[in-house]
Order: sequence, then structure tokens, then C-alpha cells
Amino acid sequence: MRDMRRRPINPSTLLWVLLIGLGLAWVGPARAGQGETYEHTLANGLKVIVKPDHRAPVVVSQLWYRAGSMDESYGTTGVAHVLEHMMFKGTAALPDGEFSRRIAAAGGRENAFTSRDATVYHQTLQADRLGLAFELEADRMVNLTLSPAAFAKEIEVVKEERRQRTEDNPHALLYEALMATAYQSHPYRHPVIGWMDDLEHLRVEDARAWYERWYAPNNALLVVVGDVEPAAVFALAERHFGAIPARALPLRRALAEVEPRGMRTVTVKAPARLAAAYLAWHVPRLADPAADWEPYALEVLAGVLDGHASARLPRALVREQQVAVDVGAYYDAVARGPGLFLLSLTAAEGKPLDAAVAALRREIERIQRDGVDAEELARVKAQVLAAQVFEQDSLFFQAREIGLWESAGLRHQTRRLRFERLREVTPEQVQAVARRYLVDDRLTLARLEPQPVEAGLARPTARLLGDRHAR
Amino acid sequence: MRARSLYLSLAFLLVLPVWAGLDHGSSASPAIHGGLSETRHVPGAEGPTRARGEEAPPFQGGATHIQHWVSASGARVYFVENRDLPMLDVSVSFAAGSARDPSPAAAGLARMTHQLMRLGAGPWSEQALAEALADVGAVLSGHFDADRAGFSLRTLSDERERTRAVAVLRAVLAEPHFAPAVLVREKARAVAGLKEAATQPGYLGEKAFKAALYASHPYAQEASGEIEAIERLTVEDLQGFHRRHYVARNATVAILGDLDRAAAAALAEFLTAALPAGEAPPPLPEVEVAATGSERVIPHHATQSHLFVGMPAIRRDDPDFFPLVVGNYILGGGGFDSRLLNEIRVKRGLAYSAYSQLEPMQALGPFRIGLQTRREATDAALEVVRKTLEDFLREGPTEAELRQAKDFLVGSFPLRLDSNRKILEQLAVIGFYRLPLDWLAQYPARVEAVTREDIVRAFRARIRPEALHTVVVGGQREAQSN
Repeated sequence: MRDMRRRPINPSTLLWVLLIGLGLAWVGPARAGQGETYEHTLANGLKVIVKPDHRAPVVVSQLWYRAGSMDESYGTTGVAHVLEHMMFKGTAALPDGEFSRRIAAAGGRENAFTSRDATVYHQTLQADRLGLAFELEADRMVNLTLSPAAFAKEIEVVKEERRQRTEDNPHALLYEALMATAYQSHPYRHPVIGWMDDLEHLRVEDARAWYERWYAPNNALLVVVGDVEPAAVFALAERHFGAIPARALPLRRALAEVEPRGMRTVTVKAPARLAAAYLAWHVPRLADPAADWEPYALEVLAGVLDGHASARLPRALVREQQVAVDVGAYYDAVARGPGLFLLSLTAAEGKPLDAAVAALRREIERIQRDGVDAEELARVKAQVLAAQVFEQDSLFFQAREIGLWESAGLRHQTRRLRFERLREVTPEQVQAVARRYLVDDRLTLARLEPQPVEAGLARPTARLLGDRHAR
Repeated sequence: MRARSLYLSLAFLLVLPVWAGLDHGSSASPAIHGGLSETRHVPGAEGPTRARGEEAPPFQGGATHIQHWVSASGARVYFVENRDLPMLDVSVSFAAGSARDPSPAAAGLARMTHQLMRLGAGPWSEQALAEALADVGAVLSGHFDADRAGFSLRTLSDERERTRAVAVLRAVLAEPHFAPAVLVREKARAVAGLKEAATQPGYLGEKAFKAALYASHPYAQEASGEIEAIERLTVEDLQGFHRRHYVARNATVAILGDLDRAAAAALAEFLTAALPAGEAPPPLPEVEVAATGSERVIPHHATQSHLFVGMPAIRRDDPDFFPLVVGNYILGGGGFDSRLLNEIRVKRGLAYSAYSQLEPMQALGPFRIGLQTRREATDAALEVVRKTLEDFLREGPTEAELRQAKDFLVGSFPLRLDSNRKILEQLAVIGFYRLPLDWLAQYPARVEAVTREDIVRAFRARIRPEALHTVVVGGQREAQSN
């Protein structure tokens, strides 16, 4: 999921960040009856899913609205994310900033993120304070102020966010170009944060229209994971959200991506030192968790290529041939829109990008021709098995997975099938999906051509700011 | 399958941008858009969960569950038993961070040594080592900063998986190969990473900021080192550094998870028994704080200016640790509860992110204010930063601000303890910096005890406007006219 966040990661965590390597957290079944979920839908259509996890006296609450950047139109891209920012700017009852202040005063952390598929508001609190989160979320589901003055300031913040994340980041620019090229008809082609020109022209009325269109209980999902009892959470949800009326939702158009008819290439020139590329093929998403096999085979294929340090891509391209300093393979089986199987590489210094790309493609061809061996497959499955345990260490991650599945139109209970199905994937199936989908006619290649950073600008130069220095 | 983002993995190769906090599992994002971490407000302690037993005792920060001993090999061991999940986390840390580079001419030696330790050790070649871990689904990761270098292992706790994973970690610590071909390759990658970093305003600013604050102190050096120094590194250099620093008496072992005390003791012994006893290195030199600050503008083409303002300010064992943490929350550590974000972002729309940060380290770690803003707003933002800081130093916080800060810091304390990952980090820090074992148990009470006067006194004693260093990458008109 490509997320925009309302609030940046606070660098005060530098000290802790140094432990980031700790690894990947995934989720799965646990001991002592953990892992069960409970589901209840209020009369107004708000679906509530609860997953008790009693390891610590803490709860995570995530409110998912099924409206992301893929629901936007030309001219108003970025509005989903802008509205996410505006949701913190006050309601009739609660002044600007008060939402965050009250959650903090209760010892809670809160934030929000917008993706292509959904907009999510979340809080983490001591478990007995969940009611506060519900109270405040219910209030802003219907009572948002959306003042023009607040909008005028916040849109500047969002433009700074875009500069910070995208304009000054060559790899972000490359990714943006890739998506805009790989998708021709589907709105996944738009960046979540929106095109800068659209941000320049967005008005508060656009945000209001978005809010009125999508922010309704029957377009929302409430996921609660932590030290709680399901019945109590359902009652609490009824108390705070129950009176909000359901609304007629706009017709959701079926959005399809046109069938690709040949390889596409896009080039981005930006100041950088190392060349880089993305390769993306159009592939299926998971539609039927019980019957589908291709998405699982594609997940395993990504694992064989880059699931661990001994996987094929880092071994071949970084360690043996040394044509790249970094490689990656990505595939999200679960999403609302059409899928991509994505490879990335950053070329080694002095190595032509085309040679590195060719080396990458040879690894794909090798799998298409020779398949994968049982040992590799077993290794990927060992990762799956461990991940199923490791993911249970994070309340937030567990809640996010439930939300992801549901917002993609899949029942979250079927997620447990994923682990079984992944373990059933055969070498023949991995080879078959590589042959069927990783073909040139489905490929988009995005190339970063580094531009020299102007010599005078790259070299640190001492210069005084003037005499405004603090006394 | 989820893998790291290109941006994050590249960033890790380069430096470790401060916002690269990965949380909640690896980002599924191929893109670039930062980590998926939640904002964390203070650089304070995080600590152990209670082991949730049948009796479910009232929450106490679990500090009483930390067990500590010194292994026969001489390593200090910190252990929390937690049987909730069938998994085990182990971290082993050494005072072997970049501040232990023997000289600026060897800047990057500590980092490169650490980097290569995982790339072939004991009976395992580089490829075989990675396969051995992957076969049991274990994840071995490194941590590295100016003070501390080490490795963390996450594995299933079942006998088969655990035994294999732990054997790999033992070899990594005691018997790394430092293969010449691997060194050649990793030097090239590091140099490429540094050259890429040199195009990025964040790296340039961070580097200049550290240089301004720390002059000839080892903290002046970026952890990733210098190109010329890296190119000179030899296998013998790495072997020598390893022999000197990766020794049992310089090791802190943190163990958390699904095993009992006897098994934890055996594990700590097993991990460190093959290390030479050695000696812990001497303390780092004191940081000399310059009486007057400096200002520097580094021209750059980026659309945003990067601003850094700060000075050396806080040690890990600072007696004013809590007044500083609480005060910093109010000044700029507390996000929307903080003055800086309100002045810069909420009132003026000048930036997406603006913060102040205290980074407690072995020697005097930095206080810093950071933000990024469109170039034409650089001067305005800098004025706001200076005025906000000066006002804070002059007046201190209001009672209402203090109450809010305490409510958050005390109320959110259990959130610091709600996963094994967070607990392990806490244990490792408590052990490495030799904090008292009741550090976590005491945390809420010590936050609660802070007064306005404590904060004013502590800040004035450490943050002096005339001694602040300012670095701007980009800049208002300077860059444009250059």
C-alpha cells in the first residue's frame, strides 16, 4: 500500500530507529485462543471487527473509509489525502487541534494515512480509553467544519509534503512515472498525494464534496485489536456511532485497466548519482481466496526472487554479477484495483542501466525456462510459517491486515487460507505464472537517468546567513 | 511477499535517514514514501511488557520482570521471559559504533566491520549463511550508530529453528570471515551509496550539522564513513577492529521471549563463549561545547530547504533526563502538542514536518531542531524557529502545557511496552547504557515529578542561543543566485 500520512515520522526516534533492522513483522495464529475475530454490523451499516489480543493493556482502533485516491477524478487528484488532513481541523463541537490534544491527553497516539484504496484513521490507547477514540471519530464522521481559512493553510502543508516526499526524491519521481505509464485507464495511475497542479487548484468545496460523498457509516469499517472483549466493543460502537444515519453512496463504477498491448517505457531525468529502474508487469489480484492459485504463486515468486538475503535477485545481481547495489521484488495480492508485479533495481556505479536491467530480465527468463527447485520453495514457505507467528507481535499490523482484506472486498476470515494456500504452491505453478504474466507485452519499464548535480551546488560552501542570528 | 522499499533499502545502504523508521512489518510499498511507522513523541525509554499470567497483576511496567546477570564469559545479560508467542528475540550489542573508528582517516571502519560480520561466518559462506537463516524463517538484522553496534535475531522458539538460528548468530559474532572479495564488493556499494547521498540535501545537512557540533570529537563523523577512508580499508583493518571490540566484556545480551531463565542463561553463554574475554573500551572523550555557534548555508537545487539548528546537549546518564524529555515534548517533540509544529505548520503552513529532538548518547548527544520548507520560505521559517526556542528558554512551559505533556507521557507509557520488539529495544538500551533495572518502573513517577522550574533550569543550562549551530541546505536566495 502506498500511503500518505498526515504526520511525518518523528525523527526524535533516531535512537530507536537504529534497531529498525529487527526484521519483518507478519501475523498468524497464536497460542491460547488468540487470533479469533468477532464481527458485528450496526443497523446503519458500520461494520465492526474485533480481534482480542491480551498481551498488553493496550488497544488499536482503526477506522477505514472505503475511499482512496482511486476514487478521485482528473483535476481533483489528491483530494482524499487533503481531506484526511482536514479531518483534524475541527468540528462543530471540537475546535481545530482538539482531536489530537484530547487523544494525547489520554496517553494515546493517533495518525491517519491515505492509500490508493482507502483512508484510515487510527489511535493506540490504553484499552480502557477506547471510548474516547470512538467518541471523537463519530463526531468527525458527520460534524466536520471544513473552514476555508483552515483549508488555505493545510493545502500549503500538503504541498510541502509533496515536495518532501516526491519532488526532491528521484526514486519517488520514478515510481510516479511508472504508475502513470503502467496504468492507462485505471485511476491507480494517479499519485496518492495528487499532482502538484491539482493541489494548486483544489478548493475547500472539493474537500467538502468528497467528505459528503464518502464519509458515512455504511462506507466505513471499524477494526479494533487489543486487550478488549468483543461484546463490550460492539456496545461501545453502538453508543457512539449508532445514531449516525446511513447515507446513499454514489454508484461505484467498475474500473478496469485496458489490456496491455505491448511493452511501455518511460524515462525520468533527475539529479542523482546512480541509475535505477522499475519493471512492472500486469498480473491478477486475489479475488477468491479459496479457489485462486495464481496470486499465491506470484507471492511465492516474489519470495523466490527477493524474500530473504539468499534469494535469487540479491545473489545474482548484487553479489555475483555486481551490476546492482540494490534489488527488490514486490507483489500485493490484496487490493481493490488491478495488480502489478514489480521489480526494482539501483545500478552499481559505472554499470550501464541497460546491462543491469538485462541481467534482471535474465533471472526472470531463467525461472520461465528452468523453473524453481524444491529447496528454494521450502525456504520461502519457512518464511511464511515464521511470518505467521512474527506478525502477531504488532497490534497495529494485525488491524491493518484485517482492514486491507476487507477494503479489497475480501472477507478477513479468509486470510487464514492464505497461509495454507501459500504452503501448497508447487514449483510448476511458480513457473507457470512467470511464463504467463512476466512477458514483454505486459511490461512497463521505468528508467531513472541521473542528471549531474551542478558542481557548484553539490559542494558545501560556507556562507553567513546575515546578522539575524539569535543573541 | 513483502520486501523493503527501494527507497528504504537504498537509504539504509546510504546512511539511515532519521525518518526511516520501519514499524509494523516491512512496508509493502515499493515506493519510497517513507516508513509506515507511527510517530513516536519522545526519545524516552520503552520497556518490557508484563508476562501476562493467570493472575494478571496490575500493570507496573513489567520492570520487575527484568532479570540481569553476568555470564561466565563476562557479557552482561538482560532477560525478560514472555511465553505469549512461540518466538524468541535476542540482541547482542557492543560499544563498537562509529565513534570507535580509530581516526578520521579510518572513518567507516566500524561500520564496514559490522556490515561484513553477517556476510559469511563460521562454517557458512555468505550464501550458505543467508540460506541457513532462511531455512528456519529466522531474521538476523544489524543495528549500528555512533555508540552501539550489534545484531538482533528473531526466530521461532521451537528447538529446531532456534538451535539453527542461534548457531548462526554465534558464528557471526565470533567467527566472521571478512572475505577479501566480499570486502571489495561492499566497499564499492558503500562508496556508491555515499556518492548518491552526496546529492541529497538531508545527508549534506546532517553531515555539516555533526561537523559543526562536534569538531574533532568522534561524533563529528557520519556513521557511514568517508569515501577515501573506505577505499583504503583492508581485511586486516576489519579483523583488528573485530578482535578489539567484539569481545565478551564489551557485550550486552538482551533476550526476550519463549524460554525460561535457565535456557536464557545457557543461550547467553553459548552466544558469547567463543568471544575472547577482552576488555570494554575506554569511555569516549568528553565533548567540548564551543562557546559560540556557527552558521552555514550549503547551496542546493532541491525545491525545499533543509534546516538544522542545535548543539551538543544530553548524555544518556544526564541527571536532568526527565526535565529535558518533558520539556522537549512541549518545545518540539510532541507533534501537535508541541510549540514548534504549531508555529511552523499549524499557524503558518510552512512545513509538513518540524520537530525538536534530544538524542541522549554515551557522551553529549545533540539537541536539534529540524524542518524542511519551500526555498522561498527559508528565512521566515528560521525566524520562527529561533523565536520559538528563545521564548521557550525565557519563559519555559505553561502549567497547561506541562500537564498535557505529563498526561501524554505517563498515559502512553504502556504503549511503549506492547510488543516484544519494543521490549527488546528497551532491554538492549537499558543494558548497553547501564541504566538502573527499575528505569521503566520509575519512568511514570519521574515524569510526574518534573516541574516548570526543572525544565527552565535544565534547558537554560544546556541550550544557549549564542552557542547554537545552524545549517541550511538550499536557502532562500543564496542558492538561486549561486
